[in-house]
Amino acid sequence: MEIKADRERCVGAGMCVLTAPEVFDQSEDDGRVVLLTEHPEPDQVDTVQQAVELCPAQALLLAGKHRAADG
Amino acid sequence: MSVASSPAQRSAEADRLPTNRPAGCPFDPPPELSRFRAEEPVRRLTYPDGHRGWLVSNHELSRTVLADTRFSSRMELRRTAVPRPGLTPLLGRPAAPGMFIAMDPPEHTRYRRLLTGQFTVRRMRLLEPRIEQIAEQHLDAMVQAGPPADLVAAYALPIPSLVICELLGVPYADRDVFQRDTATLLRLDATAEQVRAASESVGAFMADLVRHKRAEPADDLLSGLIATGELTDEELAGVSFLLLVAGHETTANMLALGAFALINHRDQGHADQLAALCGDPTAAEHAVEELLRYLTIIQFGTTRTALVDIHLGDQLIRAGETLTLALPSANRDPDKFADPDTLDLTRSAQGHLAFGHGVHQCLGQQLARIEMRIGYRALFRRFPELRLAVPAEEVPLRHDMNIYGVHRLPVTW
Ligand code: HEM
Ligand code: SF4
Repeated sequence: MEIKADRERCVGAGMCVLTAPEVFDQSEDDGRVVLLTEHPEPDQVDTVQQAVELCPAQALLLAGKHRAADG
Repeated sequence: MSVASSPAQRSAEADRLPTNRPAGCPFDPPPELSRFRAEEPVRRLTYPDGHRGWLVSNHELSRTVLADTRFSSRMELRRTAVPRPGLTPLLGRPAAPGMFIAMDPPEHTRYRRLLTGQFTVRRMRLLEPRIEQIAEQHLDAMVQAGPPADLVAAYALPIPSLVICELLGVPYADRDVFQRDTATLLRLDATAEQVRAASESVGAFMADLVRHKRAEPADDLLSGLIATGELTDEELAGVSFLLLVAGHETTANMLALGAFALINHRDQGHADQLAALCGDPTAAEHAVEELLRYLTIIQFGTTRTALVDIHLGDQLIRAGETLTLALPSANRDPDKFADPDTLDLTRSAQGHLAFGHGVHQCLGQQLARIEMRIGYRALFRRFPELRLAVPAEEVPLRHDMNIYGVHRLPVTW
């Protein structure tokens, strides 16, 4: 499992940090997502998946399961 | 309606946004919306200016629209779903500098990036002790004054107002000015003249503040923004104004309407759920999400205007047509939330749209969550027996405001 974060799309809403704080953080400077690990543990995958779905900006992608960008 | 109205006129009339909540159910959205959501989730809507646009009432498609920036937030393309005579002169023109809620990327992105660092989950958590202190002080004052009290004036409005003032660096002593002006701006029936006067008054207040902070920087958000050197004074005043308005009325109404709903809920046999909210922090986090979903105080939803032709559900949306996303209805969608019309503080309401979705998703949401968690817990820990001081039917509801809630909540203990 690999997680990717697109910092250009990120709007710093913090949903990922709220949902999976062991995997995501936000930069002190601009609030954009920072990955604490690119390879979540198997027992983290469910919450990471939730974070991917909750991200309002479609900035997160888990192991090829990218929600197609609309714009 | 005149007797001679044509069928087309009649159907346009029938396609107005339903706004009447069911009698005796202050927390439920207008019942027509459930029918629309089930039968025609993308449906024609006639706007007050006569425009034939759309009403989106289910969760999936509301989320789709909010996620797609081809549906624009720009002020010059905006329409209101309900008559707002006071806003008419402002529509059709570009947003004032700093009002990024009414801009699209990349203008929107520029402002948002300057602010998101100030609203991270971590930063907001640092405010917890101070928010707790503010809540306790206001509860002490209520005890001292003795029952009854108006929970809005004594608790729900001061907490978020103080918090946003301290965060931004606005003197709280000046709150009467901006609270009055904000209330005018959110009143549906405000006239163009009243809106102009209130905007000017708040605008002048903010411009003064920016000048003052430039001269005497302090440890607050506005001084920090000034120090970036990225924004003009006009933009700074606009951003501060947006944060001030968006930051206190919303949370204040969630606190008061939420307290009303929690009192009801406890008395309908769910004292255990309220006890869990007071006891267990995780239970409190779930309760906050559920109250956000169930109450969805942005009662007429939000709007977007299509920049190009786009298929949505079974319909083709044409460029230039405005869509209203009925957030209260989307958050009661049975395809997303089981038993959606039931308040259940133990459910996971994750994925609700009370803070919107997409690039404009609420900037202040992590702050609002903390204010609510602390606000409800402190209140019901102090007054577990809190109850209404008037019959429930007599609580004045904010049908007349863009943000739903209660004008006053007379309580006793
Ligand atoms: C429970 C309380 C709150 C609710 C229900 C709420 C709701 C919302 C919603 C629905 C939007 C999206 C509007 C749209 O997409 O057109 C929004 C945006 C926004 N909110 Fe909140 N809000 C709350 C509290 C706050 C607080 C405390 C602040 C500030 C400290 C705040 C600041 C903002 C700002 C600046 C935006 C514009 C974001 C952008 O355009 O990128 N809100 N809010
Ligand atoms: S949820 Fe998405 S937009 Fe929000 S901080 Fe995380 S990656 Fe960025």
